[in-house]
Amino acid sequence: MNNVNVHELQDVVIRFSGDSGDGMQLTGTLFSDTSALLGNGISTFPDYPAEIRAPQGTVAGVSGFQVHFGSYRIDNPGDYCDVLVAMNPAALKANRKWLKRGATVIIDGDTLTEEHIRKAGFSTLDPIEELGLGEYNVVIPAITTMTRDALADMGLDNKSVVKCKNMFALGICFWLYNRPEDHAKSYLESKFAKKNPLVAEANKRAIDAGYNYAANTHQFANTYTVAPAQLEKGTYRSINGNVATAWGFCAAAEKAGLPLFCGSYPITPATVILEELAKRKDLGVKTVQAEDEIAGICTSIGAAYAGNFAVTTTSGPGLSLKSEAMGLAVMAELPLVVVDVQRGGPSTGLPTKTEQSDLMQALYGRNGECPMVVVAASSPSDCFHYAFMAGKIAMEHMTPVVLLTDGFIANGSEPWRIPSMSDYPTITPPIVEPHAEQDFMPYARNEKLARGWAFPGKKGLEHRIGGLEKDHLRGTISYDPANHQEMTSTRRRKVELVADSLPAPEVFGPDEADVLVIGWGGTRGHLHSAVAQLQAEGKSIAHLHFNYIYPLPHGVEDILARYRRIIVCELNEGQFAAYMRQTFQQFTFEQYNKCEGQPFTLVELRDKFNTLFQ
Amino acid sequence: MAEYKYTPADFKSDQQVKWCPGCGDHAILNAVQRAMPEVADALDKPHNMFTFVSGIGCSSRFIYYMKTFGFHTIHGRANAIATGIKTANPDLSVWVCTGDGDSLAIGGNHFIHAIRRNIDLNVILFNNEIYGLTKGQYSPTTKLGKITKTSPYGTVEKPFNPGELVIGAKGTFFARTIDMEVALTKDCLVAAAKHHGMAVVEALVNCVIFNDKTHAAFAGDKATREENTITLRHGEKMLFGKDRRKGLVFENMRLKVVTVGEEGYTEEDILVHDAHTQDTTLHSMLAAMKYPEYPVAVGVIRDVKEDNVYDTRVAAQIEEVKASSKIRSVDDLLRSGETWTIE
Repeated sequence: MNNVNVHELQDVVIRFSGDSGDGMQLTGTLFSDTSALLGNGISTFPDYPAEIRAPQGTVAGVSGFQVHFGSYRIDNPGDYCDVLVAMNPAALKANRKWLKRGATVIIDGDTLTEEHIRKAGFSTLDPIEELGLGEYNVVIPAITTMTRDALADMGLDNKSVVKCKNMFALGICFWLYNRPEDHAKSYLESKFAKKNPLVAEANKRAIDAGYNYAANTHQFANTYTVAPAQLEKGTYRSINGNVATAWGFCAAAEKAGLPLFCGSYPITPATVILEELAKRKDLGVKTVQAEDEIAGICTSIGAAYAGNFAVTTTSGPGLSLKSEAMGLAVMAELPLVVVDVQRGGPSTGLPTKTEQSDLMQALYGRNGECPMVVVAASSPSDCFHYAFMAGKIAMEHMTPVVLLTDGFIANGSEPWRIPSMSDYPTITPPIVEPHAEQDFMPYARNEKLARGWAFPGKKGLEHRIGGLEKDHLRGTISYDPANHQEMTSTRRRKVELVADSLPAPEVFGPDEADVLVIGWGGTRGHLHSAVAQLQAEGKSIAHLHFNYIYPLPHGVEDILARYRRIIVCELNEGQFAAYMRQTFQQFTFEQYNKCEGQPFTLVELRDKFNTLFQ
Repeated sequence: MAEYKYTPADFKSDQQVKWCPGCGDHAILNAVQRAMPEVADALDKPHNMFTFVSGIGCSSRFIYYMKTFGFHTIHGRANAIATGIKTANPDLSVWVCTGDGDSLAIGGNHFIHAIRRNIDLNVILFNNEIYGLTKGQYSPTTKLGKITKTSPYGTVEKPFNPGELVIGAKGTFFARTIDMEVALTKDCLVAAAKHHGMAVVEALVNCVIFNDKTHAAFAGDKATREENTITLRHGEKMLFGKDRRKGLVFENMRLKVVTVGEEGYTEEDILVHDAHTQDTTLHSMLAAMKYPEYPVAVGVIRDVKEDNVYDTRVAAQIEEVKASSKIRSVDDLLRSGETWTIE
């Protein structure tokens, strides 16, 4: 043990992988949270199948969790891994392509049986040889056997014992990267202690067993440390995009002084927002788990009419179902935030995989001239900020807002410097107070062109609204041609006026350069990292990222004019590029697109950008 | 009980009523405006606490004619939107005006789930057995075989009976009325308002243009109604007919129409209506009675107490959780769980 060398690294990528029932998401989360608590920069990427328990031992059933941690701020989960933990041959096969050259591979030796190897679809009985891992640092501990031995005297049934093998693997990784075990142990304690103290104890013991095995064996020549990142002073926590979204809404409701309401229907990968809000009864949040997607938005429209800050959450197919009701919210001019956690489409598509292909649906997917604000979050933690801002815009401008996130940032997590609510702006919706005036005009507008929000229950404000075209002041039904023109123009102008309060776009990099990389939403981390790497090599390149999609902030045109070539990168077939071409017809926009259900890799982005300097 | 001293005029908006002359909806509007002063007093809610919500269809124009808060929404979704309104503010008295197409076809899902949740809404289901606003296509309540614009050779679909649907979904309140019976309609509406939980009042209305006289066989005029409908009142014998000699008995697991004084039946044998029993068997049978084998049942058929009222439970659960939680603000929330500090 004394001859083990300790090396200090800048950053490391570990990928935990196994059967969907092997507990890889938990293993990865415990490792990343432990590293976050040590002060490392973190970015995670859960990559799992849609099936809860796909056929055991097959490549289709492999669930993965990648964590990238480092001694600096990490803004992407890394393309390729330094360590692959594979709980069976299928996991090894599925993730071979993600190995860095010479990476460490830890595979449970107990699964290298003919049955497992065949199930994984290997053509020989030597997966190591077949995958060409000769030059890799392959370690084959008998994880199942050793877990079983360590827990032999506990009186647990075989199934419960074998379930602890993921913690054995976690123990190995803890030793390898000098991580303390206490966070994972206290988590297991709180999760299992009440229901089943023996299971809590068994899991804790498995971590110890894995740790001790790694320390005692001579399989690992080195261990590594990764120093804490030099992050801004403050209190931090680890957060994923869906929870951050839920909390951002709680914050907006608090700032507006109104109750938060969420009507929603479960759909992957958005469901966690509803689950989190259902817990927030402590903050007075009302959630309705509706009978379908349409009822999800309709209950929220009802709640908005009744004076709550109302949101509804969904993913692509659910957004399709909500289209008609979104039109009603536009017509009734009620505040509402519709969250679309984008996933691979069309139709059911790839429910657990990421994509950015709902942009056109968010912008235009409704009957009639039906403008609404579109905002996109770009990292797990900034979902909080953009959920808050979506709420602020909705309530202050009396308009529905679509908030786009995606499976990658919704499930991914990162350290987040916790803000103080005193640093957030107030939200002042145009709420109409009861007054004695006889003629209340429900469609009279303020300087933002927002109409007054007059809740039922307020004396003297009784009025009728609806989805039929309305008189521009009284809100009564109007078929008058001039009135319809006026209302159509006003609804669009109202949304466009939101641009006046948006922050100016900021370019990362030089004011003028050969290449401007444009992105929007959840690709920020990858694009930023790739551009930063090329800048470090002296390349003339900058990055402009959009969070406010419609309306666009002022000043974009001036920025575009300062770059020789512009390339729009997005995880679809070019929807934002088309939107930019339509908006700024004087510029040429090149494209880089991918529809694989996976985030960009830094390698592919760098390769593409390098072709643009010639 | 409060005394607001409202009159029907306080609930009439300034909008011109645009239903066809002779449409049954006029009579329902009249009954609702007459019921509201009594409802306001019974619930102790002032005028501004009333909200009317509708979907799409002739009957859904209703809300424009009420001088209350009103929301004319989209096809089929009135019950879902009303669910949001009532959950957001349980103090409001929320009324849904909807039709057989709106709530039983496109909005069927929201209708049955509002019933299942037992949310405290009052739903007036205008049943004219036709799509009127789209000019005469068959609806989910159109009689089998009926010729309409979309069934030129007669429908081949069996209709829903709304009462059976409501009671089958374990609805806690169901009443039925007929457009011409304004006093009965008013009574049903007041009872619906007093009921804590989801209340459905089916109004059999005549569409004079596209489905004229669809209910006429039993509801055409006063004399027909007397002989061919039975008005149910809790605690009273199920008697009907001009001289109230006909009645209902329960024999061989079925309801049977008998005449008191004939075949050995006495008034003792006649069923007494119990609208408050939890058991749905008899309520379902009463709701299902079809002319000409039976009289059509009107009045409050089912009105049972159920403690689990959705909007009330949602609010109560929030108070329970608030009382025991350490998280009282978003700042508390953000700092809950595991955090670390960088100095």
